[in-house]
Amino acid sequence: MHPVFLTVLQRVFLGFITLIVVSILIFGSIEMLPGDFGEAILGQSATKETVAAFRRELGLDQPAYIRYLNWIGNALTGDFGNSFSGRNASGIDRSRTVVDLLDQRLYNTLFLAAMTTLIAVPIALFLGITAALYRDTIYDRLVNSVTLTTIATPEFFVAYILILLFASLWGFFPSLGNVDPRDTLDVRIYKTSLPALTMALVTIAHMLRMTRAAIINLLASPYIEQARLKGVSSVQIILWHALPNAWAPIATVIAFNLAYMVVGVVVVEVVFVYPGVGQLMVDAVRTRDIPVVQACALIFAATYILLNLIADVIGIVTNPRLLHPR
Amino acid sequence: MIEKFETYSAKAEVSNVRKRRTRWERIWLDLKKAPPTAIFGIVIIILYAFTAIFAPLLAPYGEADSQFQSYMRWGEDGHVFGTDQIGRDILSRLIYGARNTIGIALITTILSFLIGGGLGLIAAINRSILDQLLSRGVDVLMAIPGLIFALMLLSIFGANVLNLIIIMAILDSTRVFRLTRAVALNVVVMDYVEAAHLRGEKIGWIMRREILPNILPPLVAEFGLRFCFVFLSIAALSFLGVGIQPPTSDWGTMVREMASLIQFAKYDLLGAMTPLLPAACIALLTISVNFVVDWFLHKTSGIRDEK
Repeated sequence: MHPVFLTVLQRVFLGFITLIVVSILIFGSIEMLPGDFGEAILGQSATKETVAAFRRELGLDQPAYIRYLNWIGNALTGDFGNSFSGRNASGIDRSRTVVDLLDQRLYNTLFLAAMTTLIAVPIALFLGITAALYRDTIYDRLVNSVTLTTIATPEFFVAYILILLFASLWGFFPSLGNVDPRDTLDVRIYKTSLPALTMALVTIAHMLRMTRAAIINLLASPYIEQARLKGVSSVQIILWHALPNAWAPIATVIAFNLAYMVVGVVVVEVVFVYPGVGQLMVDAVRTRDIPVVQACALIFAATYILLNLIADVIGIVTNPRLLHPR
Repeated sequence: MIEKFETYSAKAEVSNVRKRRTRWERIWLDLKKAPPTAIFGIVIIILYAFTAIFAPLLAPYGEADSQFQSYMRWGEDGHVFGTDQIGRDILSRLIYGARNTIGIALITTILSFLIGGGLGLIAAINRSILDQLLSRGVDVLMAIPGLIFALMLLSIFGANVLNLIIIMAILDSTRVFRLTRAVALNVVVMDYVEAAHLRGEKIGWIMRREILPNILPPLVAEFGLRFCFVFLSIAALSFLGVGIQPPTSDWGTMVREMASLIQFAKYDLLGAMTPLLPAACIALLTISVNFVVDWFLHKTSGIRDEK
């Protein structure tokens, strides 16, 4: 077997193990919950029978490892149980399944992420490469200080400035991203534009800095110097000589930033009241709706781990030094 | 250079008594050479610290003093930035917010350095099964995005300041652990550490007197960056409504409470900027700390030169 394939296999296996441990952690943290959910959720006036039935439904009469296996098994088949909201002391169950809550929201969040990526990646690559090319000029300094500022500011600051300018004052875009399943694609894009722009601004800053660093690193290598001494134009050096070797770090940068968006999406969705998974999670945290929190945390963590894994694998596969072992 | 050789004389060299500069003189010399961005950062940080420490003296009204009319405009009735939705003076809340927000972030960062730094040093010196256990545990914790994990834990343990500090400190200590362990590993193999071992010094002494002084510069820089990160995370959590709880004023919560004002920018532009004030306070501080850390790293080593 090819050694690169083995390395990749090893990474995938490690990622899988991490995912299992993380899911145990997410499940296990509920065990630390002080007291009993039964009364806490149903209220003081719930009868003993109702509480007992609720406990049985949650499986609290079984040992923890069986509940974990049940939970993770159901999660893998797309069943995250029922939400806590909608339960009451009378025992009538008006709760919805977590999957029902997640369904449309997951699509919305993915739509937002896709739109952000489409805006951010080309701009970040272009600016990063040109900044590396015109290094230490005013242009480079400007790009650098702007990105440093964007990185160091909270997402909601960027978001509210955009709202103030583009929504309140000039009225180009709506300030709320309240997309609806019935919206046509153009309406949806129009409504998603400000949230996507906010996320794009923050991720562009990260990607740009890392791209610039990767290219500058490459430009210092001897074969670039050789090309320059031959009299090749600087644009050609970047496009023909530097870029092919820079794809690996750049691909890694993009994957890392997609992973970073997992965190950014929570705040941005809340600012724009965008009906996505992030907002669902924050609402669930406020009302202590544990099954929903668990499901969201698992989804976010799995995405994060998966994207980081992809970044790692791309880094390994595109590294020519690993393809020809000594 | 040639001029120097011409003016050189043994007598001058001998008679020139080398005076050791005091610590303050050295700091002053460094400061004079600092770039304008770093000076700017230092001035801002000192201003913030001053505001945070003397908040009760500087604030014109009380932190939770809601005796005024709600939603006053800027400058109306002596309220520089107006009042909020239940009639509290916004300037006063901004000033008290400095104390609460920065204070809590600072305590969290210090705690995370105590946990992460301590364990990192022990892991680096010990290098046994304990090191393996800690490192793998940190790997797992770092595989979950921090904000998501914090949200989950806060929903379980309940959102209050103490839980917030502990949870953020533990989550953040993972990164401190990694850095401390990595830099300490290079120092642990040095001969003088071995000598201390053979001398029979205890692990506490070795940590404090032999290793710590040698790994301090990267840790100090990391402290600044971690502080920024914790500060932003806590502001984000408060903004989401699960961090610092009212009536304690903090900048993240203030942004959320007054966000609706932004809709009225066409009628009252200044009023619409009110929610941006606390957000700008957060941004200004993190940018300043970043400037200072950049300069410090540049000065102490070249490790961040090309990034």
